[in-house]
Amino acid sequence: MAAGATLQQHTPWNASREGHGIRAEIPWIKWTFVSVTLGYLGLFLAVPLAAVFTEALRKGIGAYLESFQDPAALAAIRLTLLVAAIAVPANLVFGLAAAWAIAKFNFLGKNLLTTLIDLPFAVSPVISGLIYVLLFGQQGWLGPWLSSHDVNVIFAVPGIVLATIFVTFPFVARELIPLMQEQGNEEEEAALVLGAGAWQTFWRVTLPNVKWALLYGVILCNARAMGEFGAVSVVSGHIRGKTNTMPLHVEILYNEYNFVAAFAVASLLAILAMVTLVAKTFVEWKSRQSVELLEPTTAEEV
Amino acid sequence: MSLRRLLSSVALAAMTFGFLLPSLATAKDIELLNVSYDPTRELYKEFNAAFSQYWQARTGDTVTIQQSHGGAGKQARAVIDGLEADVVTLALAYDIDAIAEKADLLPADWQKRLPDNSAPYTSTIVFLVRKGNPKGVKDWNDLARPGISVITPNPKTSGGARWNYLAAWGYVLKKELGDLARVHDPKAAAEVAKANAKARQFVTALFKNVPVLDSGARGSTTTFVQRGIGDVFISWENEAYLAIKELGPGKFEIITPSISILAEPPVAVVDKVVDKHGTRSVAEAYLRFLYTKQGQELVAKHYYRPRHPEVAKRYRGQFVDVALFTIDDVFGGWKKAQQTHFADGGLFDQIYQPK
Repeated sequence: MAAGATLQQHTPWNASREGHGIRAEIPWIKWTFVSVTLGYLGLFLAVPLAAVFTEALRKGIGAYLESFQDPAALAAIRLTLLVAAIAVPANLVFGLAAAWAIAKFNFLGKNLLTTLIDLPFAVSPVISGLIYVLLFGQQGWLGPWLSSHDVNVIFAVPGIVLATIFVTFPFVARELIPLMQEQGNEEEEAALVLGAGAWQTFWRVTLPNVKWALLYGVILCNARAMGEFGAVSVVSGHIRGKTNTMPLHVEILYNEYNFVAAFAVASLLAILAMVTLVAKTFVEWKSRQSVELLEPTTAEEV
Repeated sequence: MSLRRLLSSVALAAMTFGFLLPSLATAKDIELLNVSYDPTRELYKEFNAAFSQYWQARTGDTVTIQQSHGGAGKQARAVIDGLEADVVTLALAYDIDAIAEKADLLPADWQKRLPDNSAPYTSTIVFLVRKGNPKGVKDWNDLARPGISVITPNPKTSGGARWNYLAAWGYVLKKELGDLARVHDPKAAAEVAKANAKARQFVTALFKNVPVLDSGARGSTTTFVQRGIGDVFISWENEAYLAIKELGPGKFEIITPSISILAEPPVAVVDKVVDKHGTRSVAEAYLRFLYTKQGQELVAKHYYRPRHPEVAKRYRGQFVDVALFTIDDVFGGWKKAQQTHFADGGLFDQIYQPK
C-alpha cells in the first residue's frame, strides 16, 4: 500500500513518460498521505514557529524591539556570533582535512577515525559538556594546573567554544566524505601529472569539486553552533551578560517571567533557522546545477 | 568558483567579531560574580543596582555585579568545579559547606563571619494552589492524600526542595511528639524513633504524589504555573508571592500550613576567589549591605522576611504568622540532615522511586 502511494506521488512528473502505467489510482490514499504529512508538519513545525512570533509580538513591535536593547541580550547575541565565528571555521578546516584523509588515502585506523567523527552525533550533548567539566574543571584533570596559570576554560568563553566545536564537528566532514570518496583520485592525479603543485591541485581541483557540499556542511554546522543548548549549558556557568549564548539567554528570560523578551530572542533563532533552510535549498539547487553542467565536460576532458 | 573569496569573507567576519569582542570587557571597573539560587533573580537585580550606586557614592568606583542562577546544589557544584564566584548566596548552609569541604575555597567556619548565621533574610515554605483551592488543601497531611498531585523540585539539586522535604518531616514529628523539643530528649528516644518512622511513611506517600521533579525551584514554578501541572506546589514563600504577582493575581492562592520550617538562605564571600580577583573589600561590603536598612527594605519588597527589627515591623502585615521550627532544633543542623536524608543512599534515595 505504502509503495503504491509513493509511486503515485511521482505520477505528476512521470506521467508523460510512463503514460497511464499506474492504473490503480485511489485518490483517497493519496490525500490521506498528503494530509497526514501536512498535518504533522503543521502541528510540529508551523504552529510552534507561529507561536514564537505571536508571543514575541504580543505586546507590540515596540516591546519586541526593546528586548534587543537589553545589554544582556546583546551580549548573548555577540557571544553566539563569536562562538560560531570560531567553531565554524575550525570545523571547516578539520572537516576538509579529515574528509580528504579518509577519502583519498589509505592508512591504519581509517575506519576508527570515520567512526570517531560520528561520535558527537551519538553522544548526548549534556555528556559532551560534562566531558569538558571533568577535563578542565577545578576538580578535573587539568583544572588545577590551568587555574594556577590563570587560564579559565570552563565557565568562560573558551569552554563554550570547545563544547560547540565538539558538538558540531561531524557536520562538514560528514558532508564531504561520501562525495570525495565517490569522486576518487583521478582528477588530482591528472593535475599532478600535468605538473601542478600540491597547493595548486588543492585550490584548483579538489576544492572546486566539493565546494557546494562544503558550503552545505558549513551552513548546517553554523546553525547547530548557534543553536546548541545542552553542551553549552553545562559549561557556561550561566553568568548573565557574560557566558550566556542566545539559547541559554532564552531560558533565563523565560524563567524570569519575561516572556516577550524570551520569545523575541527565540525569534532570532527561528529566523536563523529559516535563513539556514533557504540557504540550504539554494546550495542544493546550485550543486545539482553544477553537477549537471560538469558532467558532459569532464566526460570530454577525460 | 569563488570559494577563496568565500573563505576570505569568513575570515573577515571573524575579524570583525574580534573587534567587537573587547567591548565585552573594556571598563576598568570592578566586577563581582554572585552565584545564587533560583528565586533570588528579581531581588538581586534590584539589590545590585542599589549597591552599585551606594558603592560609587562611597568610593567613586563603579562595580558591576554579574549574576548566575540555578538550583542551589547545582550552583554549588559549579563553584566547586571552578565557576569563579566572588560571593555565593545560596539556599542553604550545606551548599556552602560543600564548597568549603570539597574545594576548600573558604574556611569551614564561614557561617560565623556574618550576623544571624550569615543569613540576612529568611523565608519559609508554603503551598501554592489554584484559585478557589479546588482540592481543599489545608495542611501538610493533605499532600499525602491519594489522588492529589504535588509539585516540588528535586532535593538532590535544589535547596528549596530540601527545605520542603524537611518541613514535611518536621510536621509529622510535631504531630507525633506534641513538642519538638522532645526530639533531643534522651528519655523520649523510643517515641522519637516511632515518630521518625511515621514521618518516613508520610514523606514517602507525599513523594508518590509528585509527578515531576525539576532541578530548581524556578523550574517547578514554571511547571505548576505555566504548564498547569499539579494541584499544589510546595514553594518558597517569596517564590509563591512572586508567582502570584507576576503571573496573575486571582489565578492562585497561598495556603499557609499549621507549621513550617524557618529557611535561612546564607551568604558568603568566597575567599580564594576574591583574593585572586582582588575584590575582597567590595565583596564583603556587598554582603554587609544586605544587612543595612536599605538592603533589608529591598529584601522585604521581594517577599523575603527581613532580619532588621524596624523593617520587619513595617512589613509584618505582608507575612502570615506561622509556627516555624529551625533545622538546628529538629534535625541537628544541615550537616546531619544532609547526611541522613539527602546523601547518596540516604533516606530520600530510599523513599523516592521514580516511576
